Amino acid sequence: MKKLLKIENWLDERFDLTPIRNLIEHKKVPVHGHSIWYYMGGISLFLFIIQVFTGLLLLMYYIPGENAAYESVQFIITKVSFGWLIRNLHSWSANLMVLFIFLHMFSVFFTKAFRKPRELTWVTGFFLLLLAMGFGFSGYLLPWNELAFFATKVGTDIVAVVPFIGEELKIILRGGEDVTGATLSRFFGIHVAILPAIFTSLLVIHLFFVQRQGMSEPEEFEQLSEKEKKYIPFFPNFVLQDALLWIIVLIGLLSLTLFFPWELGLKADALASAPLGIKPEWYFMFMFETLKLLPAHILFVEGEVVGIFAFAFAGIIWMFIPFIKFSKRKDLNSKIIRWFGLISLIYMIIFTIKGYL
Amino acid sequence: MGTDRRKFINSLLGIGSLGAFSAIIYPIVSFLIPPKIADVKINSLKVGPVADFKNNSSKIVRFGRTPVILIRTKDGEFKAMEATCTHLDCLVQFKEDTQQIFCACHNGIYDIQGRNISGPPPKPLKQYDVNITDDEIRITSQDV
Repeated sequence: MKKLLKIENWLDERFDLTPIRNLIEHKKVPVHGHSIWYYMGGISLFLFIIQVFTGLLLLMYYIPGENAAYESVQFIITKVSFGWLIRNLHSWSANLMVLFIFLHMFSVFFTKAFRKPRELTWVTGFFLLLLAMGFGFSGYLLPWNELAFFATKVGTDIVAVVPFIGEELKIILRGGEDVTGATLSRFFGIHVAILPAIFTSLLVIHLFFVQRQGMSEPEEFEQLSEKEKKYIPFFPNFVLQDALLWIIVLIGLLSLTLFFPWELGLKADALASAPLGIKPEWYFMFMFETLKLLPAHILFVEGEVVGIFAFAFAGIIWMFIPFIKFSKRKDLNSKIIRWFGLISLIYMIIFTIKGYL
Repeated sequence: MGTDRRKFINSLLGIGSLGAFSAIIYPIVSFLIPPKIADVKINSLKVGPVADFKNNSSKIVRFGRTPVILIRTKDGEFKAMEATCTHLDCLVQFKEDTQQIFCACHNGIYDIQGRNISGPPPKPLKQYDVNITDDEIRITSQDV
């Protein structure tokens, strides 16, 4: 302990640790009926850390390329000691990370934690969700199996609907006209270098905002008198509760990994028909199902173009929700926002379930 | 006078920065656009002897860079059309039971002539001619 204190003093003399000390000593977390949602962001962060570690381990054996990718993943899960565990952890943790980011986002939405002064925390968080989905999409192709091949074909073809530069964007993303080994190389680069760099930078900014502004308090809590408001210290109480939850999540993750291993499927074949029952990852399912239901043409526009633009438009509104005033009356504005969120959530849930029926 | 000079220098700086930015972005974007690889243009393709194809079956072959589905209907007739779904780029399949062409990605259905009849596909599948000479099947592009 004395040694630790010595190190702290040594660092303090050089870097002035007062801001960190203040944060540890003074940061507090409100206690109320919705406190459980405060943990969702932390769990997402924990799963991201798992992704980084398992991803780095997979990199030791994974070989990108049309003739090597599938075989290298097969080698990892069948020959490398604990290779199956690392690969399953990476796949399951990726899915759980997206799930917890969604939970985090909707809890922030419905507790209206995006209100002033936390608008930018919301916007950076929304970008982090998009990047996490980008991670999922780019990582999905890396084993070069049949499902991934067609998911990438569909996903990259969607980009082509962007006005003026869509076709060029698609070619840049695919590394050519079609999904080939060139696409795999690009997705590998995007997945292991570009996305981690952007994601980490944005995550640092997001966490900085959270630490700088402290925990958001729901409106009902804000209205309580100072006497009625209950808090717990961030350190050590909240941190320890967080750590306990991380352990529970880790146990859940390990159980999923052991009892529901991730299948590798068949190797991608550019001359095979799309297999029956083809599905994207669950977090793209609501969009996939919508595209399935849209007719070939809506008025004079192709159905898929209408669908994709509708999703893009809804996404933009969602991102700017803290800045949008649907009505001058505050209570009405609040109601409209809540209904917008509820309808979006119900739509996503129904269409996701429908995709699996 | 001072303000004018400041304005002038600021705009000069602005233009300079824009130039520098473009000079960085242009080579990056150009680098990312893959070079065009000369396509071997083919007008027809020999697929194999008629005996290799049973009635009510199909096979996807590569016609240059384009995947083409060759179908032999239950009546023994040959049909060939582009195998890429006009909706979102998936490869279609021949359904022997319904004699239709189906895309599993978004449940798009085409009839045996390649016409889009149900689901999201906005256009029919591009047709190819099938000729049989000396018991050999040959697919020919209609663009010739």
